[in-house]
Amino acid sequence: MKRLGMISATALMVSTAAAWADELSVVCSAEQDWCDLMASAFEEQNPNIDVLMVRKSTGETLAQIRAEAGNPKIDVWWGGTGDPHLIAAEEGLTQASGVDTSDLLGWAQNMAEISGGKTVGIYAGALGIAYNSDILEKKGIAPPQCWADLEDPRFAGEIQVANPNSSGTAYTELATFVQLFGEDEAMVKLAAVGKNVNSYTKSGSAPSKAAARGETGVSIGFMHDMVKLASQGFPLKIVAPCEGTGYEVGAVSIIEGARNVEGAKKWVEFALNADVQSRAPEVGSFQVPSNSNAQVAPESPDLASIKLIDYDFATYGSSETRERLLARWDAEVGDPNPQQ
Amino acid sequence: MKKTVLIWLALGLAGFVLLPWHMTDDGLFDPSWLSDSDAATGLFSTLAGQWWLAPAGLALLGAVILQLAIENPVKRARLTLGTAVAGLTFIAVQGLIIVRAGPRVFEGLFTGDMVMAGQPGMGAGAGLCALALLFVATISLSQSGKGQGDAFVVSTIGLIVALVAIFVFFPVVHILVRAFEVDGGYSLSEFFPRFFSSDIWGLGCLVGERSCGVGINSLFLAIMTGAGTTLLGLSFALIFTRTAFRAKKLLRVLTVLPIITPPFVIGLALILLFGRTGTITEYFAELLGWEATRWLYGFWGIYFAQLLSFTPIAFLVLIGVVQGVSPSMEEASQTLDADRWQTFRFVSLPLMRPGLANAFLLGFIESLADFGNPLVLGSGYSVLSTDIYFAIVGAVADPAKAAILALALLTLTLSAFMAQRLWLGKKSYATITGKADSGQNASLNPVLKWVCYGTALPWAAFTLVVYSMIVFGSFVKLWGINHSFTLDHYIRAFGINFTTGRFTGVAWDSYFTTLTISSIAAPLTALVGLSTAYLLVRQKFWGKDAFEFSTMLSFAIPGTVIGVSYIMAFNFPPIELTGTSIILIIVFVFRNMPVGVRGGIAAMSQLDKSLDEASITLGANSFATVRRVILPLMGPAVLAALTYSFVRAITSVSAVIFLVSAKHNMATSFIVGRVENGEFGLAIAYSAVLIITMLAAILLLQLLVGARRLRRSDRVQHVAKAA
Repeated sequence: MKRLGMISATALMVSTAAAWADELSVVCSAEQDWCDLMASAFEEQNPNIDVLMVRKSTGETLAQIRAEAGNPKIDVWWGGTGDPHLIAAEEGLTQASGVDTSDLLGWAQNMAEISGGKTVGIYAGALGIAYNSDILEKKGIAPPQCWADLEDPRFAGEIQVANPNSSGTAYTELATFVQLFGEDEAMVKLAAVGKNVNSYTKSGSAPSKAAARGETGVSIGFMHDMVKLASQGFPLKIVAPCEGTGYEVGAVSIIEGARNVEGAKKWVEFALNADVQSRAPEVGSFQVPSNSNAQVAPESPDLASIKLIDYDFATYGSSETRERLLARWDAEVGDPNPQQ
Repeated sequence: MKKTVLIWLALGLAGFVLLPWHMTDDGLFDPSWLSDSDAATGLFSTLAGQWWLAPAGLALLGAVILQLAIENPVKRARLTLGTAVAGLTFIAVQGLIIVRAGPRVFEGLFTGDMVMAGQPGMGAGAGLCALALLFVATISLSQSGKGQGDAFVVSTIGLIVALVAIFVFFPVVHILVRAFEVDGGYSLSEFFPRFFSSDIWGLGCLVGERSCGVGINSLFLAIMTGAGTTLLGLSFALIFTRTAFRAKKLLRVLTVLPIITPPFVIGLALILLFGRTGTITEYFAELLGWEATRWLYGFWGIYFAQLLSFTPIAFLVLIGVVQGVSPSMEEASQTLDADRWQTFRFVSLPLMRPGLANAFLLGFIESLADFGNPLVLGSGYSVLSTDIYFAIVGAVADPAKAAILALALLTLTLSAFMAQRLWLGKKSYATITGKADSGQNASLNPVLKWVCYGTALPWAAFTLVVYSMIVFGSFVKLWGINHSFTLDHYIRAFGINFTTGRFTGVAWDSYFTTLTISSIAAPLTALVGLSTAYLLVRQKFWGKDAFEFSTMLSFAIPGTVIGVSYIMAFNFPPIELTGTSIILIIVFVFRNMPVGVRGGIAAMSQLDKSLDEASITLGANSFATVRRVILPLMGPAVLAALTYSFVRAITSVSAVIFLVSAKHNMATSFIVGRVENGEFGLAIAYSAVLIITMLAAILLLQLLVGARRLRRSDRVQHVAKAA
């Protein structure tokens, strides 16, 4: 009894230190290496600020800041696709940073405008198709060039794509189809592609990884992920669809009620800096930087040569449109596909 | 006993007067709170205007006066009990009402600046006060004529109930109420149609539609996994205890390997072996001229991965039980002219029932709560755990749906738990009686022996192949594509710059954090788990069944739900723990304690109660009995609990993902990040290092705990000595 008591008393007594003023708590939703690079580079520039960084996916981060609302333990949220950042802004979970966005490209400024300055674009990545050249060659399947090709029966059971109910990547694809072809036509097309889909994965990056390893022939996902896999040595070829394609914008936000707002603002300024953004390719991140003065890596998918649609983040990022489109997707495309 | 009460009261008062009541920003061992105005002792804060803290001190003081003033022991005990309970209630109520932002409810009742200023979370002082009051209450309860008059038993019950209430019920309620939430209000009529929807319980797959509801999928998978792991675990346990198999040591290592494997690694290895372009699939496809298929993705893939992962748990539970079956019973059976098969079927096997039932229950629950394997291999086969995860973190976050799915999962667990109780019934399974017992365990009859070999050994070989693949994967450039040898992954993860002595590897931080937290959590888990088992098997008290189920609760709820509910519950006063290492330790203790409980129950139901009675008759109290009689006989259960909780703290992922912070990052969260990033080499190298670390820890634990000696020697017939 005493021992029990002693141990639990000790456990209760080990109270811990909360964040110091000169500590900056950052959640990073980009790739781990990029996170590490950012943290160390920021500490070099601001030796008096100690960056505490942890990597979590955007969905996990959003769930956490929602649960922590009112007494957040995070100061700034850097990286990851823009939709959850916009949702956080919409729900009042983040605050305006008031940084100067004049050097940024149009789509990054657009992000700040939509959210009332609460989130700012830091990079963009276009949606694309990847195929495993070994598999397609072995099976004698001609590679896809357009979204429409994916409806062809030659790809039966070879396409993998994420489920838009769980994955932001797949939602971007759904919204892209809607913006390219109109809502009704998009659903017909997606259902036709769905006949060739071997599985709807939960995670958005899983299909391209599966394609890299030959577990599926063709995948839909973000091109910078595909570039990275190809650069690691996988037989992956990347296609920018001929009809044009949508894109995601990675974002940075300051959490409402952050303990170290000053530090968080410094972080946002730092993250938008051209020199800092130019360093991403060092760690194999090939997204297109948002600062117009930043250098674009030669491997990066050249946004100028890709036919990009004028992606409407305000409309397709809103909860209302999202719920309606997903309900239609469930009914008309669906996993399992109702037409099969 | 009066002395014990007074000691606790003194401790409580000391906590009230000397320790900071609230949480301090600087940590416990930083004395700066002495001069800091933020965190003062309970007494000081009370005098400074936080009048609502006074009842805690007054209750302690009152109890001291009662103890000293009243002569009649029963009356004294009852009055003290009342005072202590009142004090505890006050502490809880003030903590729940007055939070950082001032009072939450009854705003009208509270006036004054001090109340409106609010208060931070409870700290060391509050903790010690509450603990002292709790023990004073339980000791007084035992003296007041209620209970069995055994202060140790009542106090342990009180402590565990309090802990389970705070760290299981309190957070879980936070998320489960969401199931009833509709547009800002709560509604029961909305709940039932959603709960019984065909998305969860649909049986479409039986009549040819493509898929069943997620609940049905999960249930089917869990039953298959529970049965499969129990069978395999039993085969292994029988080979160990009842045969003269030569390579028992190697087999032992193989049975432990899967539980010490970080998540995703088994799934990944299976994909590389059996996926469409997997080594084995390609080999057979070419040999037999078949089209390589994606058969692995879906039910079979998850099922294989779960069998691999959870068989060791069944084995750990069963080995103790199979060893415990007394040879005398088997000898008696054989003397009565039963053959070896009859002996096994009608004597040994029925005596192993508690083990089988507990192993099945654990496999069943593990399968339901498993997250990593369905995520990697699930494809179109949806299960509750992944659906819950994506209901929380997916593109459309729907906490209500997550809560409803979590309730469905709980329903399944509860049903399994009830079924287990029915099957075990009220029979006695005690065979360790303390009587002279020098017999030999009957060896298996040849058919059964070969059946065991036939199931267990291919499985062991399979495990061996999977693990060789993992080791191989950590030493090649790009697993599956470029197989040239490299040490890069290890150097990146665990590099040390020997000239400066700095740990340059990227994995060191999380590695040390993980080891520290797991080493603290493991003994606590074993302690809480085994004490609970002791209470459940050996003591009778009111509400025992509900108590038993509540200890299973945290295990049955998927990690994601636990993780989010812990943030909801412990991010705000009265108990503010997010961002600390304590929250990680606590989540591990209460999530893994059911394994200690199950293993403990299985092992303890074999110990004849006459052993306790003999000890009590000889004048020992229950504490001494536990320490000197029961604990030594529980060696395997202690070992299983320690091992399992240590390992689970290292390998669990879903609960941890929400609770890790930059300061306290865990290995699995690091590995998952790398896997998402496509850096399989680094992830696998890290996993390999973790596996070796855990293996070393387990061997060390085995040495420390030692083997229990039930009889003069554990022997199997016709064999000189079994290992």
